Amino acid sequence: MELIHRPASAGTAATEARIAIDLVVNGERVALEVEPRRLLVDVLREDLDLTGTKVGCDTSSCGTCTVHLDGRAVKSCTVLAVQADGSAVRTVEDLAPDSEHLHPLQAAFVEHHGLQCGFCTPGMLMTALDLLARDPDPSDGEIRHAIHGNLCRCTGYQSIVASIQEGAAVMRGEPPRTWTEAHAAPRSTAPAPDR
Amino acid sequence: MTPAAFAYSRAATVDEALDLIAAGDPATRVLAGGQSLIPLMKLRLARPERLVDVGRIGELRGIRDLSGGGLAVGALTTWAALLEDPRVTRYGALADVLPVIGDVQVRNRGTIGGSLAHADPASDIAAPALALEMELVARSAARGERTIAAADFFAGAFATVLGPDEMLLEVRLLGAGRSAASAYVALPQPASGYPIAGVAVSLTGTPGGAATTGCVIGVTGVGEQQYRAYDVERSVVAGTPFADAAKTIAAGQRVASDIHADRDYRAAMAVVMARRAFDAAVARQG
Repeated sequence: MELIHRPASAGTAATEARIAIDLVVNGERVALEVEPRRLLVDVLREDLDLTGTKVGCDTSSCGTCTVHLDGRAVKSCTVLAVQADGSAVRTVEDLAPDSEHLHPLQAAFVEHHGLQCGFCTPGMLMTALDLLARDPDPSDGEIRHAIHGNLCRCTGYQSIVASIQEGAAVMRGEPPRTWTEAHAAPRSTAPAPDR
Repeated sequence: MTPAAFAYSRAATVDEALDLIAAGDPATRVLAGGQSLIPLMKLRLARPERLVDVGRIGELRGIRDLSGGGLAVGALTTWAALLEDPRVTRYGALADVLPVIGDVQVRNRGTIGGSLAHADPASDIAAPALALEMELVARSAARGERTIAAADFFAGAFATVLGPDEMLLEVRLLGAGRSAASAYVALPQPASGYPIAGVAVSLTGTPGGAATTGCVIGVTGVGEQQYRAYDVERSVVAGTPFADAAKTIAAGQRVASDIHADRDYRAAMAVVMARRAFDAAVARQG
């Protein structure tokens, strides 16, 4: 099968007129002109070079494109960039200034094996932070309910839940624990809700 | 995937939105949270020529009390906003459905009005909307405002009685007394979360179901469109034990069949979900 890269055609100029939008992305104001049909995730990745946010399924199922829009986790593959006009967008790039100073949640994912291939991680982090902003001390069941819209095909979720528990503890001010210490004494054994 | 090209207008007020759709062009679609419409546009299953974005209209957001204990929910109110409002727990079936709609990200953006107007025959909200006898307030520039009972609202798969120049403004829940005890139970398809069968039951009458004076049942995911199970309702009020009456809940429906659930299985699950919803509603009576 031949794959052809097709640039936006000039034949439909009337409907593809660009629209000026203003975003605040990771604290910085950005002015852009976008076609109405362009998705927020594509504008973030292609126009702003913020490729930490991934496109996984592109059908609103996998959640790896999750960013915060005005403080709430959303799937950026299911938001038009024009809908985000005037809004604050936070992406995974905003969590840490560099790899030496990871966000406590990112550090917990590293220590507690919250990733293998890492493709789902940006979305997992952003969804988990949405949860922790409202509930700093969730049960395992609440974490599983919160990441229902984020798919991981490597870990089986157990270590992701553990990573979020450990990250939450550090964000609450508790000292970080190693994987061995955490394994000896899990923080929560509450059962998961049905869905 | 990128949607096909379309023209885009954003309305700042309800009047502006109604003006933008006043021509009644069926190629124009109203965009609320976009959690149903945008995925369909990306798959090119929907190709509107113009979108009227109503997502910024503040007057369509929020929940207010109605006299008599009811609630008026703005059409643009997100599932997340409903979930975070303790008043919704007055309506058992609504409290049941909210946590299982989509996922966190979808609930943060998806709206009750957008979902109802989209009328997916397997949307979770349809069953509680029918069982709680929600009233839907719609307006058009030419014909003004009207109130539509949920039972009269759905007109087929992905179809409603709304005209192309008409927009949903508000969803009204009646005083809790009229639906004293209700519940929603669904069997989700594990990957998509959509109900293979979802049933909401609302009961009025004495606790224990011994003298049920009112029974309203909404069914989703089962038939070609979401429906009220009127025959079962009548039979229950006439004194038939619910478990017997519910056996015919899918009778007369063109029951959907797919790789996840064939016709017989889906119809059987509708009966099971109905019984569970009834038991949960009874447990809430009193």
